[in-house]
Amino acid sequence: MSRQSLTKAHAKISELTWEPTFATPATRFGTDYTFEKAPKKDPLKQIMRSYFPMEEEKDNRVFGAMDGAVRGNMFRQVQQRWLEWQKLFLSIIPFPEISAARAMPMAIDAVPNPEIHNGLAVQMIDEVRHSTIQMNLKKLYMNQYIDPAGFDMTEKAFANNYAGTIGRQFGEGFITGDAITAANIYLTVVAETAFTNTLFVAMPDEAAANGDYLLPTVFHSVQSDESRHISNGYSILLMALADERNRPLLERDLRYAWWNNHCVVDAAIGTFIEYGTKDRRKDRESYAEMWRRWIYDDYYRSYLLPLEKYGLTIPHDLVEEAWNRITNKGYVHEVARFFATGWPVNYWRIDTMTDTDFEWFEEKYPGWYGKYGKWWESYNRLAYPGRNKPIAFEDVGYQYPHRCWTCMVPALIREDMVVEKVDDQWRTYCSETCYWTDAVAFRSEYEGRETPNMGRLTGFREWETLHHDKDLADIVKDLGYVRDDGKTLIGQPHLDLDPQKMWTLDDIRGNTFMSPNVLLNEMSDAERAAHVAEYRANGTKVA
Amino acid sequence: MADITDQKTRSFPKLEFTDSEAGALDFPSSKSRTYNYYKPAKLRATMYEDVTVDVQPDPDRHLTQGWIYGFGDGPGGYPKEWTKAQSSNWHTFLDPNEEWEQTIYRNNSAVVRQVNLCLENAKRAGAYANWNHAWVAFIQRNLGAWMHAENGIALHVFTSIQRSAPTNMINNAVAVAAAHKMRFAQDLALYNLDLSEAGIDFDGAAHRDVWQNAPEWQPTRRTVEELTAVGDWAELTFATNIVFEQLVGQLFRSELVMQIAARNGDYITPTIVGTGENDYARDLAASRNLFQLLVRDEQHGAANKELFAQWLSTWVPKCLAAAHALQPIWSQPAEKTITFATSLDAAKDKFRTLLEEIGLDIPKELDQ
Ligand SMILES: [Fe+2]
Ligand SMILES: [Fe+2]
Ligand SMILES: [Zn+2]
Repeated sequence: MSRQSLTKAHAKISELTWEPTFATPATRFGTDYTFEKAPKKDPLKQIMRSYFPMEEEKDNRVFGAMDGAVRGNMFRQVQQRWLEWQKLFLSIIPFPEISAARAMPMAIDAVPNPEIHNGLAVQMIDEVRHSTIQMNLKKLYMNQYIDPAGFDMTEKAFANNYAGTIGRQFGEGFITGDAITAANIYLTVVAETAFTNTLFVAMPDEAAANGDYLLPTVFHSVQSDESRHISNGYSILLMALADERNRPLLERDLRYAWWNNHCVVDAAIGTFIEYGTKDRRKDRESYAEMWRRWIYDDYYRSYLLPLEKYGLTIPHDLVEEAWNRITNKGYVHEVARFFATGWPVNYWRIDTMTDTDFEWFEEKYPGWYGKYGKWWESYNRLAYPGRNKPIAFEDVGYQYPHRCWTCMVPALIREDMVVEKVDDQWRTYCSETCYWTDAVAFRSEYEGRETPNMGRLTGFREWETLHHDKDLADIVKDLGYVRDDGKTLIGQPHLDLDPQKMWTLDDIRGNTFMSPNVLLNEMSDAERAAHVAEYRANGTKVA
Repeated sequence: MADITDQKTRSFPKLEFTDSEAGALDFPSSKSRTYNYYKPAKLRATMYEDVTVDVQPDPDRHLTQGWIYGFGDGPGGYPKEWTKAQSSNWHTFLDPNEEWEQTIYRNNSAVVRQVNLCLENAKRAGAYANWNHAWVAFIQRNLGAWMHAENGIALHVFTSIQRSAPTNMINNAVAVAAAHKMRFAQDLALYNLDLSEAGIDFDGAAHRDVWQNAPEWQPTRRTVEELTAVGDWAELTFATNIVFEQLVGQLFRSELVMQIAARNGDYITPTIVGTGENDYARDLAASRNLFQLLVRDEQHGAANKELFAQWLSTWVPKCLAAAHALQPIWSQPAEKTITFATSLDAAKDKFRTLLEEIGLDIPKELDQ
């Protein structure tokens, strides 16, 4: 289509909307934001006549690559260390995708300006595309990769696993609570604009370095839809900024959304990229280096900072603190070690680390060996069953952590842990901001104003509570993380597929699992104070 | 010869043969190559089921920690209370069209190619030049008004419903219906643009006033607006796809436009409107299955039947009023090959058959 006819087509499509006079669309999802003063903007409409063939073309390339990968025996050169983490990642990500689809009517309801409704509805279709294309990729892995265990129970595992629940925020957060907080600030302004670059570009690039070129094919194709989504979100953000009354809410939501995305996405993607790779070239970018480029420079400096000209206070302190946690406080390393500690209740296997890995970590994160090296050496030593218990139940100088009530990643930077009684319960938080999110932001009143539409933190937020005081073998069995011989675990602390070297239910029986939060709430004030002081002082106990 | 000694060394990841393909070793679960957390409807899982089932979790199935975010005034996730309809297992609904990423783009792209080809041929052949004045006015006014209904239903009915139903299967099917409607509404609008540039006496702006003010279209617009105001997602699906689409949508598209266009020298409009009919046939199949399941539900079937009867008594009169108001447009074309009464009877007959298939009684309002 010529530019002129394109312009005419856009104008014609705009004629499809009208001002209702008999009844207005039901408001299913409320917001405390107001859009009365929102300027009329006329973003480009997506013309379905171009949209469908364009996406079909992209799909044909993806499906062609999938056929090619199978015919070309791609799995003969895929690193198992890498693909095991995809059992976790690909169990999570189709849910955020489909949730993004579900979020679109919330944004449509909340923003009365019909000019943007078309773009949001098209985004809905994109997100159905993303969710189902990712499920299909996962199915291919299940069929073609040496160890299908974990892929085969993927959606069940996602729904009953501690890590699945952490990931589920990135999804439920899009579709619940204040419609603008959820479907605009959390989903688009932060998750899509900031973090899809690490999720859908940086991480798949690392897959290629580990012999898997399908992940990049699929995810780059997904990412190519994101620029439209980002501009949908930006239009709504500008509309919200037109009304002074929205400012405190925008500032609240940017703080919450930024910090929660950092806690969740950097934990997961950081771990996959740093601990899931076999590529230890010294000149390959570390996650911290990628983060500096994609998040700090491209998002913070180029997208967030310019919003200040609209008088918006952006969370500089939280951006700097996220960077500080990644570079100085070992956030990603702590998370990886936590995942590895919990290996019996995982549905993927986690490789041991070698001297080459140690050298790379020390080069990229000076001081790494002193802090984590000993622990990973213990992990290697305790990898096989028979002589020892799973590492979580051996004394290797590591105390099983408290979980953050808000982001549900544990309070791993121990000196930062916040402990408060909230809603009549002693809760632990990984950081001041996660405490603020629960105690201040997700409430029906904010800075003296009613915020009835703001969401709530609900559910059994500490996973361990559900399994408190049970035998580890029974927990794993209940979760269903057992292979088809009825006894060998899906999760293993090494990659050896020799059945003699794989842990079974019998090997882990006799270890009782205790919930840190249940125990904390049973303590007297004095016991709790002493416990918390010790926890904060602890960091890594040297064994 | 070029000097290559001082070129920067490029660094590449080293590929390694790992022999990590399926079947390389035998060990527990090495042959476990099906999604095992749900029971497929038939012996073998379909691609559709594999990419759809359980992606939206459910505390009644595998979700152990519950929904971790709630609304200010109630639980989060996909509460079953968002409709008055009840099911002993919402997960039994599967989309008969088995829509997923690949079908959505293949089918819609095929329609796009068909429509484009048709419009190009029409232009080349000067097909619009033969239209008589009455027919030009008919298309200008009535197809022009109707495209608003399609667009409103796309954005404020189906897009909206797919946030609310308790399973991924229902929500995805509805999302596809929204995509259909959006594409079809745009096709009608772009067709309108073609006509206004075809060198005939066609006013491309007239549709707005007809939709907003023409008395024959106001009850239809009212009904569409009232549909968008319904909060209960199942009622909205029922009222739209079962009642409105039958008594108004099909009445206009199949029982009028498709029947009379050719006799008025127009072979273009039926091709385009036919794509909308085809979409609706697919989307109706999904809705029919859903409501059939609910009526046949051992535990809740009787209550659902009663509920749907209430919905019928609300929506049948509104839709019939819209249908009757449209009667004058039957006499607008030069070639009046069909009467309003004949068209309405045909639409009612199809509607009765549909209700029988679902297992519902014919509402007395239909005969008024
Ligand atoms: Fe997406
Ligand atoms: Fe997106
Ligand atoms: Zn936290």
